[in-house]
Amino acid sequence: MVNTSTRSTGRRRAATPDVPGMPEVDPRLSRTLEVRDHAGEQRRWHLLDSGPLLAERGITPQGTLLAVHGNPTYSFLFRSLVREDIPWRLIAVDQLEMGWSERTGVTRRLQDRITDLSLLTDALSIRGPVVTVGHDWGGIVSVGWALDNRHDLAGMILTNTGIHQELVEKLPKALQLATTPAFLPASTSLTDTFLRTTLALSRPPLPKEVQDAYLAPYRTRARRKGIEQFVADIPPHASHPSRPTLERLAEGIRDLKVPTLFAWGPRDVTFSDRYLRDLIERVPHADVHRFEKTSHLVWEDADVAGLVSQWLRTRLSPSAAELEPAQRITAPRPVSSYAEPAPERHVGEPIARLAADPAHAHRPAVVEMAGPDGERREISWSLLNRRVDDIAAGLLGHGVRPGDRVSILITPGADLTGVLYACLRIGAVAVIADAGLGIPGLTRAVIGSHPDWLIGIKTALVGARTMGWPGRRISVEQLPTLDRAALGVESSIAQLATSGSMMRDLGAPLDAAWPDADADAAILFTSGSTGPAKGAVYTHRQMSAMFTAVGDTLQLDPERGLVAGFAPFALLGPALGAPTVVPDMDITRPGELTAPALAEAIAALGEPAVFTAPAALRNILDTAGQLDEFGRGAIASAASFFSAGAPIPAHLLRELRGLMPHARALTPYGMTECLAVAAIDLEGIEAAGEGSGVCVGRPVPRTEIAIAVMDEDGRTTGEITKDPGTTGEILVRAPHVRDRYLMLWGTTHASMRFEGWHATGDVGHLDAEGRLWVEGRADHVLATAEGLFTPVQIEDAAETVPTVRRAGAAVVGPRGTQQVVVILETEDGYRPGRPGKPRAAATSLQEAVRRAVRERSGAEVVAVFTTSALPTDIRHNSKIDRAALSRWSGQTLRGEKAGSL
Amino acid sequence: MSAPTVLVTGASGMLGGAVATTLRDRGARVRAFQRRPAQIPGVEDVTGSLTEAADVRRAVQGADAVIHLAAKVSISGPEHEYRAINIDGTRHVVDALRAQGGGTLVNVSSPSVAHLGRAIEGLDATPADPARARGHYSRTKAAAELLAMGADGEDGLLVTTVRPHIVWGPGDTQLVGRIVDRARSGRLPLLDEGMALIDTTYVTNAAEAIVAAHDRIEDVHGESFVITNGEPRTVRDVFNGWCDAAGVRRPSLRIPGSVGRLAGRVVERIWEARPGHDEPPMTEFLAEQMSTAHWFDQRRTRERLQWTPRVTMDEGNEHLAAWFREHPVTD
Repeated sequence: MVNTSTRSTGRRRAATPDVPGMPEVDPRLSRTLEVRDHAGEQRRWHLLDSGPLLAERGITPQGTLLAVHGNPTYSFLFRSLVREDIPWRLIAVDQLEMGWSERTGVTRRLQDRITDLSLLTDALSIRGPVVTVGHDWGGIVSVGWALDNRHDLAGMILTNTGIHQELVEKLPKALQLATTPAFLPASTSLTDTFLRTTLALSRPPLPKEVQDAYLAPYRTRARRKGIEQFVADIPPHASHPSRPTLERLAEGIRDLKVPTLFAWGPRDVTFSDRYLRDLIERVPHADVHRFEKTSHLVWEDADVAGLVSQWLRTRLSPSAAELEPAQRITAPRPVSSYAEPAPERHVGEPIARLAADPAHAHRPAVVEMAGPDGERREISWSLLNRRVDDIAAGLLGHGVRPGDRVSILITPGADLTGVLYACLRIGAVAVIADAGLGIPGLTRAVIGSHPDWLIGIKTALVGARTMGWPGRRISVEQLPTLDRAALGVESSIAQLATSGSMMRDLGAPLDAAWPDADADAAILFTSGSTGPAKGAVYTHRQMSAMFTAVGDTLQLDPERGLVAGFAPFALLGPALGAPTVVPDMDITRPGELTAPALAEAIAALGEPAVFTAPAALRNILDTAGQLDEFGRGAIASAASFFSAGAPIPAHLLRELRGLMPHARALTPYGMTECLAVAAIDLEGIEAAGEGSGVCVGRPVPRTEIAIAVMDEDGRTTGEITKDPGTTGEILVRAPHVRDRYLMLWGTTHASMRFEGWHATGDVGHLDAEGRLWVEGRADHVLATAEGLFTPVQIEDAAETVPTVRRAGAAVVGPRGTQQVVVILETEDGYRPGRPGKPRAAATSLQEAVRRAVRERSGAEVVAVFTTSALPTDIRHNSKIDRAALSRWSGQTLRGEKAGSL
Repeated sequence: MSAPTVLVTGASGMLGGAVATTLRDRGARVRAFQRRPAQIPGVEDVTGSLTEAADVRRAVQGADAVIHLAAKVSISGPEHEYRAINIDGTRHVVDALRAQGGGTLVNVSSPSVAHLGRAIEGLDATPADPARARGHYSRTKAAAELLAMGADGEDGLLVTTVRPHIVWGPGDTQLVGRIVDRARSGRLPLLDEGMALIDTTYVTNAAEAIVAAHDRIEDVHGESFVITNGEPRTVRDVFNGWCDAAGVRRPSLRIPGSVGRLAGRVVERIWEARPGHDEPPMTEFLAEQMSTAHWFDQRRTRERLQWTPRVTMDEGNEHLAAWFREHPVTD
């Protein structure tokens, strides 16, 4: 039945040109094969088969990857799966009528295609572990194969596909158009618009030779016929002949308890996040990785093959195969479970406790110096407790369920506090995206978190409407009917709280169990200088431990409140039972907090702990002259000063001591994944003295720090040490380390590659006193031929040149032989504002910097540039965006045009 | 045992002269082969043409080792001249060594044999590619390298190839002389502001690397090495350094790289049809060299040859300045 030659069988068939060479494809992979199809006809298939290549290299494959492309691609899509670290045989087929397989002129239904594929794999004698790989409509065919060949199925990989189409109106817009009969032939056979549209979605654009390779099998109208038929077989109506098959697959996939990976490009006009969400609902144990900013052809836009390789090693290695089937699909043990546990307590429990305590009930829990009407607003513990319970009851009554994701877009203050703690109380998962992400970042975070609900202030709801953010919408204030309709708002927090309160008055107070400690509590998105924001998922246990860690570090309690000059900290007080004051400020510009505004906030509490953004400190010192006597007295009463986001230079802390003589100034080290790791006060900084990097002190309670040793390329070797003086990637273990990243399986896995540790991506070392020194990002470690250097080593050295205001280190070239570039602001040339286009530094400055860096660090600098202002990240306005520096340097020193930083 | 005899082809050039002198100073018996006597004290001259097999045989006769530097180095001219000198010349050297029962051969090549027109950033020596290298010089040198390396291990012959990148130093008329000359007359353009990062090699370092390859050939035969100072600089910094050393004005003419490449292509055609006396002012190859990154991974080279460059870029420029003080640039 198998005939591996292409000789004619005597029947007349559509002209099938020889399969040409394809870029990035070893010609030995390409083969054709004749097999009978579901109707019993001999049909010619083209496929990529890595079996012979593996045999040549003496590798016994662990199994087979059976890859099925969609429309309008072909096996070429999967060429990246042939790589050394995937010891699996790849069989990537061109479906009949498509790619370089035969044009039969026969209309093939979905079930026919599934049967055809099974007949092909029979002919190839494929046995044993098979992992199906499907993209686009090929995903459905691959699921069909999986259901029909369960005995051989070991795993399932799906990328940008959809298993279920409800009804025509729910079809994606791009497909609704494409399946309109009048549009069909025009878009597929007559022109190759469909194909070109798909290819054009990739960002950055695909190389010409890759685009050409995709177009090659579809050059003539006759050869494009397959696309038309394929599109026509998308079953929009219940009466469509392929509809029952699709229904069978959509339900059947729920029974497949094999390791499953969904890899997704969210910038897909067809298979959007809705389809991913639907798939996750059907296969809840699936490992999911969304490649933010990538498109439908995610295989071209992202390193999906690298992810698959990592995933196969983790989920389907020979040792994993010995596990019980149920164990093969369980999530890895979170880092927090390896740490000394924090005392257990429900998040928000102090609210109820203090409300019930007559000594505290009527004291303020939240003070807004400029409330919604610009006036000062105070909320007592008793009121806050009632508010939380009322909103919680209202949310439940409205249909918000435990486990639902609620995107909360409310400016910090009493409303945010009320809604957040209500969500935590009923077990709804709060999605909190920092406004500092900017609109595009916020949009990605909201869409990427698949929220069921969106609770927001009016501007956020307008944004949600405009940007098409998902989730049923609830406003904070009760909006006029017209606005409600325009914004698609179902209800308001005001209304829900009222209904909750009415229920309590009727004798039916909130009746909900506290959520399970290991259920998801919140998802935090914060900006970083490293690509799109990642959602850090915290369970209730981890979140409670996080609040405890911060409270312990700062010694917060009901007697000592806090001033939240940095929005996220406004949420901290209620969890710790500490009153919170929000100063009069634009919370989206934490750096612009002034000394008088801070003084007023401090005066509202007396001897509080003060929280600000690192950038605010400079501004507070600069505006201290505006303080009157009362203000100076108030600000001097601060008991402690805490600034999160980036380490603060000692000289600023010293200046601060003039303003707050009694305050213990703590500068912390932490990250979205573990908000408190270590902390140090000014005395500690002075005791530590000069060293390589920034000393961030000793670990906070219940937290352990270790260092992952690096090789000459700056990659971790797997060895872990606590020896002083060894520089490497900083590892953290604490009960308050987040559970995982949201839908970023590969990233989560990489961050947990040291069992029981969170790999922070920062680099540093421990000293003999057990203090941690942070030296920058591991990705930015400069792996030069002279050895490893950290950016701060170079920057500190360059900043010793008197005319240099601030320096940023960048690298060009491959790791192990990277070249160091310094871009700097000079005292004279510095202009605050947008980063400019760097220029080559004057020879004398270049020489001075080169010499300073050589003498102090041992590194060689190849080029020095000056710029009016270095780029910093939006949120902290202090961390130099070194990735941007390296990007610019790479382009420029390669000889390409590069614009501003 | 008497000192070994080493034949250096192309000893009248700056690098060849430095290699011959270094070997001589170490006590080797050195013979130099080129068209006109090199007149290096203590070095025996054999004159002749590389394109004549008999001349080459005569020069190789009795030598234990050959360091083959002679080549047609230029950026214009008819292809057959390059073929005759670079490919046939190398074949004659290899054949002569094999005919006399072997010996060692350090074949001096160029990183351009593997330069396919894209930026090179931190690569080690990649395979010579005569089909895709750019320009007659690079293509014929690539073919010559494959030919020489193909003879490694045959008939008692051991071959290694070193590819020094942009060799410069005092007395260099080929490169430094031209750059300084053009800068002085305001005809030296910086393409795209000269920001591309390039590796260069100070002549003493290149000569010592070649001698190191000769010394270590038992271990390193069959391998090719790129040689550089390992201190990449922007094109602009390299040119500025030379102009400063020569005491001439730094280049101020800036043109876009695309314009330079286009101009180079046109000029190349004209020069091929109507060869001038001088080199063409710009060729596409040169424009590309001056506007795309070319710097290399030197770790394997240094480890295998047990060699590190002794003269830094800064020191090299000081030597150059000292030389220009002795030989001032005049109008």
